Amino acid sequence: MFLFDWLRLFPALPIYLAIPLAPLLGSLIAGLGSRQLKEKAHWAPIIGVAVAFYLALFVLWQVTQGVTFYGNVYTWGVMGNLPLHIGLDIDALTAVMLVVVTFVSLCVHVYTVGYMHGDPGYARFFSYIALFTFAMIMLVMSNNFLQLFFGWEAVGLVSYLLIGFWFQRESANAAAIKAFIVNRVGDFGFLLGIAAIYSYCGSLDYRTVFAQLPNLVGHTVTIIPGHPWSVITWIAILLFIGAMGKSAQVPLHVWLPESMEGPTPISALIHAATMVTAGIFMVARMSPIYELSATALAVVLMIGAITALFMGLIGLVQNDIKRIIAYSTLSQLGYMTAALGASAFSAAIFHLMTHAFFKALLFLAAGSVIHAMNNEQDIRKMGGLRRYMPVTYVTFLIGSLALAGIPPFAGFFSKDLIIEAVGLAHVPGAGLAEFFLVAGVLVTALYTFRLFFLVFHGQPRMDAHTRAHLHESPWVITVPLLALTIPSIYAGWAYIKPIGLGSFFQGAIPVAQQWNTIGEIAAHWHGSLSFVMHGLISLPFWLAVIGIITAAYLYLILPGMPVVLARALRPFTWILEHKYGFDALNRVLLVNGVLFFGRLFWRVGDVRIIDGIMVNGTAREVGKAALSWRRVQSGYIYHYAFAMIIGLIMLMTYFVVMRG
Amino acid sequence: MANFPLLSLAIWTPVIGGILTLAVGDRRPQAARWAALIFSIAAFALTIPLYTGFNAHTAAMQFNEYAAWIPSLNIHYHLGVDGISLWFILLTSFLTILVVISSWTNIQQRVAQYMGAFLIMEGLMIGVFCALDAILFYVFWEAMLIPMFLIIGIWGGPNRVYATIKFFLYTFLGSVLMLVALLYLYFHADHSFNLLTFQQIPIGSTAQILIFIAFFLAFAVKIPMWPVHTWLPDAHVEAPTGGSVILAAVMLKMGAYGFLRLSLPIVPDASRELAWIMIGLSLIAIIYVALVAVVQEDMKKLIAYSSIAHMGFVTLGFFVFTAVAMEGSIIQMLSHGFVSAAMFLCVGVLYDRMHTRQIKAYGGVVNTMPIFASLMMLFAMANVGLPGTSGFVGEFMVVLGTYQVYPWAAILAATSLITGAAYTLWLFKRVIFGGVTHPAVAALKDANGREVLVLGALAFFTLLLGVWPAPFLDILHSSVHHLVEQVAINKIPA
Repeated sequence: MFLFDWLRLFPALPIYLAIPLAPLLGSLIAGLGSRQLKEKAHWAPIIGVAVAFYLALFVLWQVTQGVTFYGNVYTWGVMGNLPLHIGLDIDALTAVMLVVVTFVSLCVHVYTVGYMHGDPGYARFFSYIALFTFAMIMLVMSNNFLQLFFGWEAVGLVSYLLIGFWFQRESANAAAIKAFIVNRVGDFGFLLGIAAIYSYCGSLDYRTVFAQLPNLVGHTVTIIPGHPWSVITWIAILLFIGAMGKSAQVPLHVWLPESMEGPTPISALIHAATMVTAGIFMVARMSPIYELSATALAVVLMIGAITALFMGLIGLVQNDIKRIIAYSTLSQLGYMTAALGASAFSAAIFHLMTHAFFKALLFLAAGSVIHAMNNEQDIRKMGGLRRYMPVTYVTFLIGSLALAGIPPFAGFFSKDLIIEAVGLAHVPGAGLAEFFLVAGVLVTALYTFRLFFLVFHGQPRMDAHTRAHLHESPWVITVPLLALTIPSIYAGWAYIKPIGLGSFFQGAIPVAQQWNTIGEIAAHWHGSLSFVMHGLISLPFWLAVIGIITAAYLYLILPGMPVVLARALRPFTWILEHKYGFDALNRVLLVNGVLFFGRLFWRVGDVRIIDGIMVNGTAREVGKAALSWRRVQSGYIYHYAFAMIIGLIMLMTYFVVMRG
Repeated sequence: MANFPLLSLAIWTPVIGGILTLAVGDRRPQAARWAALIFSIAAFALTIPLYTGFNAHTAAMQFNEYAAWIPSLNIHYHLGVDGISLWFILLTSFLTILVVISSWTNIQQRVAQYMGAFLIMEGLMIGVFCALDAILFYVFWEAMLIPMFLIIGIWGGPNRVYATIKFFLYTFLGSVLMLVALLYLYFHADHSFNLLTFQQIPIGSTAQILIFIAFFLAFAVKIPMWPVHTWLPDAHVEAPTGGSVILAAVMLKMGAYGFLRLSLPIVPDASRELAWIMIGLSLIAIIYVALVAVVQEDMKKLIAYSSIAHMGFVTLGFFVFTAVAMEGSIIQMLSHGFVSAAMFLCVGVLYDRMHTRQIKAYGGVVNTMPIFASLMMLFAMANVGLPGTSGFVGEFMVVLGTYQVYPWAAILAATSLITGAAYTLWLFKRVIFGGVTHPAVAALKDANGREVLVLGALAFFTLLLGVWPAPFLDILHSSVHHLVEQVAINKIPA
């Protein structure tokens, strides 16, 4: 392609390295020069990310030409006898992830210019999001577990910094710590998974490890005496615990809704489009491991399906615009995870991609609304916004239709593909999982359009002052919205064959023959149009339509109904409003547990038993002598030197006596 | 260069420099400061050839010096370094410079004595890392405590007498039995105090166990391991900032170094026999002490407990006897040298301004001290063990090396991922983040050039070791592999 011709003048490696390093450089410039640059700080990060996006497109184009790369950049360190490297794995999966990450990141960077205008932390914010982009790129380009873990933790760090971005807010700081620690619970599993891989395969390099896997089949590990486990299942589940933390799967999902304390652009970039999908990406990358363990696949499938339905249900009772979208993200991540469990890795990546577009769109549009509403986030105080914000309105509608799964928007294709794949899966629990996912479609349509109607339709419910100032957002905000509508509309239709059905990923994501659900669908593939036709006569589509109609009925035609309904279904809504009690349980059991044991060990263990009985008990005897000791603490060097000499003399005497 | 007595220079330059600084006298504090700075830089410069001239391909002792000291008792002035000790010599001489700079203005009383004590202590600590003669080792080992008693006892906080006595009793009682063990070995080794000879002689199994216990008491107190750790939080709380820095960054390493140089190679059978106890105590340190750290209300106590938990990783890595874990432990020691030093310096920066260490007196410091807050964030993340910082490397290697042998121990140790994040981030949140609630915080001035220089230097090494540990690890391989072989040997006479 002529756009990339000049790049051929350069060797491949520097071009690949420029993809992560350009945003890193932008981040450093914005961060170190924050005082001087102030509100000009966006230029370096935006240029850096734009370069990364351009080069990512180049890499994608190269991969379509069959050019891939697998190699090391530098030796991080030799551990025992094992050299560990920082290296790159450029294949179809990496290329797709790179394009998605850099595209959404670029949109968010531009959007931020408008959104964060006037914030005292303007430069710091740009520095963080560019740093995030760097870390995420390193994560997806990695060719080994060490670097994967590097990126994994680095994106977590930036997420922590950005959730707590407005550090004067108590709630933001609490949410930031919660996010970090819950993610660390996942990382606990992830690290042990890496340790297990090292222990059994003697390497952390992807290809070396994958090549070793067949030798591990049949090996068992006994963690609990009397219960031998398959080594591969054990590794797969440990790694998946990491994915559960990062991709917010039940029960490690609790941090994501609270991450909404951060500024909206990062909710779009980090907590919807990219970082939270790192777990999905990781499992897809590790498909050779998961394909060898039916148990692990079943666990992944069930966790995903549970998250998809039950987190969506919470979205029905939320009133904060960002929290509704956050629960929606949890639910959609559940769909992706379920797809992984059904071995439909390519479908998971496909949904990851379409979701990144339409969810980033929804978040940014929500940000536009919040901006116009003077930082009000309660949808009960909105209404009728379509008249004031036409661009936001239309883009939000497109995002909502894509999320609800209405053809021809992107979400329809990816979600239907997942449901079909799960329907074909043979792992234990697939039937129940399919039921959850199908029911989830109704819930998705319901909460999405509840949100949509309450915000944009009906009577305006804001106070007069806010209403007087309602306005469409400036171009730096609307242009990224428009940019994101394009793939939200066409990416499903256009890419279901190469990406959803995985023809593009040949070799990048190996799938075992016996679990090949996507292969079955691909065998009967008659084109996108026939897929739509088939979709129009199947249950999920009609559930989505019913969901939208119900939402319209409840929130436009009979606005009194929801209250009556909520009262009638009191126990049910009570459970949803309390989010199944996860937060309460964590607070009572974990937080209080840690504090209780901390105080117990300190006050009783250290102070009373060790110091009180053992040390001071002995010391009490010595205590009378303490007076003279204190006299020794004269502060004169020569006293001490003298004491030392006496000590030495005593020592010598001892020798002489012993020898004699 | 080969015949140049580099190690003696590394030891005696700071000692003599310290004495000369003392001679400057307290009436001329500025001159004393400059003298200390020049001597500490000179001493550091003299340790650099140790690194550049070091041969990483051999496990043999290098830069050896051997001279008769007390011939009648066959005691020698015997020095040498290998890959295990090299980094600690450089760490000690490097940190002493930072201590001198960081104490520039906040020590106003008896400046010459203060600076002199640190310089003398530097030389003595380097002596411990170089000594290959048991008596020489013991003399350095005990002598280095004296300046530290002085530093805590004279320049310390209000409760310094209690802390000093506790520190002294613990460490002194611990060391006495080590001397007995060394004397036993002397007679056993046919009247030699050569540590390398000790490593080669066969020793019966009961004797090995007893020697191990004697060594254990000396070293476990220094590290400190649970349950002989309670002196450390008290000592830190009362110590002036510089004292805390050296205590945490170098002195705690002495105990760990003792295990590597004495326990493991001299009594390998007992080490293997009793490894389960050591692993158990290490895990208690990692889990129990981390939980204790969470509920601390005093910043220094919190960091002191965090140090104990981090040192738990070090001892865990020693006693699983894999090269990966052992290298991880040494890297962890080095990293802890940077990170704990930096954390204590950060507390010092705040203490100098606010004169309190209580966490609840702070809040919202970032509003008035943004540069300081960014630097402290980096060290907090290193304390949490985030990849890309030095804190990650050692813990990662210890967990990987441990998992191979005892998966359960690795699982329990990995909980530090969670607890470490909990106490560090909660501390950070309460001190740094939030709105300004105390008027004193509103009046804070950001870190000055000197403070930024000191913290920046540590930040550089924290990041370097995290992003590219290869040069640090390369020094270790030969010596660690040799040690792993030594500890596998059966020394019990048939």
